[in-house]
Amino acid sequence: MDSPEESRDLCKKAGYTYPFLSDPDTDAIRKYDLLHRGAGVDGHDIARPAEFLVDASGVVRWVNLTDDFRVRARPDQILEQAKLLK
Amino acid sequence: MNERRRNWHLWAGFLLCLLAIPSYVLVFVKFPVTRDVPWVNFLIFAAGLLLLVSGVRRAFRQPEQYGGKIAGPILGALGLALAGFFCFLVFYGTKQIPAAAGAPRVGQKAPDFTLVDTSHQQVSLAGLLSEPLPNSQTPPKGVLLVFYRGYW
Repeated sequence: MDSPEESRDLCKKAGYTYPFLSDPDTDAIRKYDLLHRGAGVDGHDIARPAEFLVDASGVVRWVNLTDDFRVRARPDQILEQAKLLK
Repeated sequence: MNERRRNWHLWAGFLLCLLAIPSYVLVFVKFPVTRDVPWVNFLIFAAGLLLLVSGVRRAFRQPEQYGGKIAGPILGALGLALAGFFCFLVFYGTKQIPAAAGAPRVGQKAPDFTLVDTSHQQVSLAGLLSEPLPNSQTPPKGVLLVFYRGYW
């Protein structure tokens, strides 16, 4: 939900080098049914957390839908799944 | 009154209960091992509440030595309320998120989308899957999509 500028600052600070996208109209968020209405700090809509591993043909191979927004997938879990992709 | 010792168990206990939640938010939330199950903060609350109990007991059983007959129960109740609030948050509050029943499942096609990156360039899922990675001739074996809440 952050603007590209805000995201750019975050990426710089955190050292992220991967594509970091902004979804201000909750377009992709809604396509993936992840909308969490009014849960943002100012009452605006945000996403509920989720991770999807998509293979080269565009098919979902692994999904992590946490039931608690404090708990997310860990890097080693994701890497293990990524290694399974041919 | 002047011979009475400070009932430091009460104040130390209350201080721990006061620090338990901020320390989670500011420190322990940064490490998955202490974030997913906030055991350190449960321990801090446990220590705080035990000290509060000890302090209240001292105030009532040894009133000639320790003060705190009024402050004790109040601080104890406050400490308990803070502990209760923290438990409510981590066992219930942070689970109040929508179920996402319509999210793509394993085996389904990931919906395409086009969004803007930090340089205001349009990026699509189809593009990420088909364009070669930097320093490579071949497209990636896959893409990981991470939807974060918007803040953390």
